[in-house]
Amino acid sequence: MTATALPTPKGTRRANSSASTGIKAFNRLAATCLILFALIWLIPFLWALITSLRPDSEITANPVSIWSNHWTLHAYTSTATTNPIGWWYLNSFIISTLSVIFTLVVCSMIGFGLAHLNFRGKSVVFAVILAGLMLPTEALVLPQFIEFRTIHLLGTYWALILPALAAPVAVFVFHAFLKQIPVSLIEAARLDGAGWWRVYYQVCMPLCRPAISAVAILTFITTWNAFLWPLLVLTQTKSQTITVGLSNLIGGSAIQYAETMASSVLGFLPLLAIFLLLQRQIVQGVANTGIK
Amino acid sequence: MTTTAAAPTVPAVGTRTIRLRRPAGSDNRAGWLFATPFLVLYILFLIGPVIIGLVISLFNTATVKSGLGHWVGGSNYADVFKDAAFWQSMWHSVLFTLLTTPPLIILPLLFAVFAARISRNRWFFRLAFFAPYVVPSSVVCLIFAFMYTPQTGLISKVFSGVGLSAPNFLGSTGGAWLAVTLLTVWWTFGFNFILYTAALQDIPEETYEAASIDGASPWQQIRAITIPLLGPTTSLVLILQVLASLKVFDQIYILLYGGPNESTRPVIEYIYDTGFTSYRGGYAAAATMVYFVVLVVISAGWALIRRRRNQTANA
Repeated sequence: MTATALPTPKGTRRANSSASTGIKAFNRLAATCLILFALIWLIPFLWALITSLRPDSEITANPVSIWSNHWTLHAYTSTATTNPIGWWYLNSFIISTLSVIFTLVVCSMIGFGLAHLNFRGKSVVFAVILAGLMLPTEALVLPQFIEFRTIHLLGTYWALILPALAAPVAVFVFHAFLKQIPVSLIEAARLDGAGWWRVYYQVCMPLCRPAISAVAILTFITTWNAFLWPLLVLTQTKSQTITVGLSNLIGGSAIQYAETMASSVLGFLPLLAIFLLLQRQIVQGVANTGIK
Repeated sequence: MTTTAAAPTVPAVGTRTIRLRRPAGSDNRAGWLFATPFLVLYILFLIGPVIIGLVISLFNTATVKSGLGHWVGGSNYADVFKDAAFWQSMWHSVLFTLLTTPPLIILPLLFAVFAARISRNRWFFRLAFFAPYVVPSSVVCLIFAFMYTPQTGLISKVFSGVGLSAPNFLGSTGGAWLAVTLLTVWWTFGFNFILYTAALQDIPEETYEAASIDGASPWQQIRAITIPLLGPTTSLVLILQVLASLKVFDQIYILLYGGPNESTRPVIEYIYDTGFTSYRGGYAAAATMVYFVVLVVISAGWALIRRRRNQTANA
């Protein structure tokens, strides 16, 4: 990166010093561009936040001002009383948490089996799951709906949790990670008389923290943000998830800007908080699972 | 991929190796026990819907009544192929893909390359660019609907501020596509940015050293070294983006309800309308299967091309 630090052969020194000022100028240009875009990218969040704290009368008088003479939390209390936001949060939280727990258990188990156990038909199982990566499940909501209607699970949390667990990506994340655990370690545990379950649970899982956090975070975000399937499955207002519930507010009350923006702030705040806390793991997780 | 099927070769003492290599009955049973919970879910909720979709597309199933209804053979498919509204919605999904894919590849590539040249405060760019990606679609739509408000919305103001007349974002077809494209670029930009950033970290710095000694300008280095080396990543980002864009539903449904006058309705919303508003389950299942096959063909085609390229690269 820093070409200037390199010892330069005599003949090329002049060319190099001009190149190095060129590099500096280029880097400054790149930095300026980036900062400008990053600020633009933050505007929608700030905009929603500022609007949510201004009284409606001010917003109508001057919609794009970023200042208020009467900062107020009124919009938050009013949206919380008109909409069952507490329920929506609770539903989203239960569904996402259970999906994360079950996904971790089920996908790490088969990942372990594929990585360290020899069972008949393993290559077929592997190929079938690999093919599953190509199945666009979002496109299959209609047959999925008919299936859940037939087994009488529509309107329940299970209708959202069960399909989320069949995640080939999570299997491959675990498989790739477990493969790196040396066979000798597992052999040693086996020779000490540990059964396969103990090898999985007490030897491999503690070594798998990065894979566990990547799968957990990504499963949480995808289930929290799922829209179409929960829209179809949970039809009672109180049983909706926060993502679906908030979508009802669009177009409904066009003049109550502050209240709408307060609701959207409530919608993005918890996720931004999680993101700020777990930034490194989230980014790592996306980088690792995106490049399957 | 096939290497995983081979037994782990253990460079160890004879007896031990033999004990591990023998596909012992207990290993076999344990393997299947570990695999079964996932496989059951996989078959029920991933393969299941495909088979169910295939079956009910051959019947006149109603979405709200239980039971299959009557056998109608291929007539649902014949109707789907003749239905102009279906092909229009397919075209809308393709158009959305054509509108969103170029900016969502070029911009993340450019900004990831820029960010790699800056050593300090990278977390700030990650935060700014990736944070929108973790926010639910409905929240994004609420905020953007507010910013798109005619005359008073922020984006409308920006347009008039630079002397342009803002399009009618939510009321005209052209404006609606622009609105949805801008929203999508803002929302999902960070995902591709992260993929490119990760790939850039894998390019060793020495790669650039020779070039900079030869006096290559940064721009020449990016064009001649960085972008070619990022080829495989670009291919991955491209296929992920095309598949994601073809599956668009949330933004268009929430922000525009497929409007104005169904002029932006994507194919998933078409399936939603026929299946859950008109309750024509069998017909909507046939539409689902046509759309499903298109998506599978695209991803399988990409996998084949990549495999062939890897083979020729290794040969």
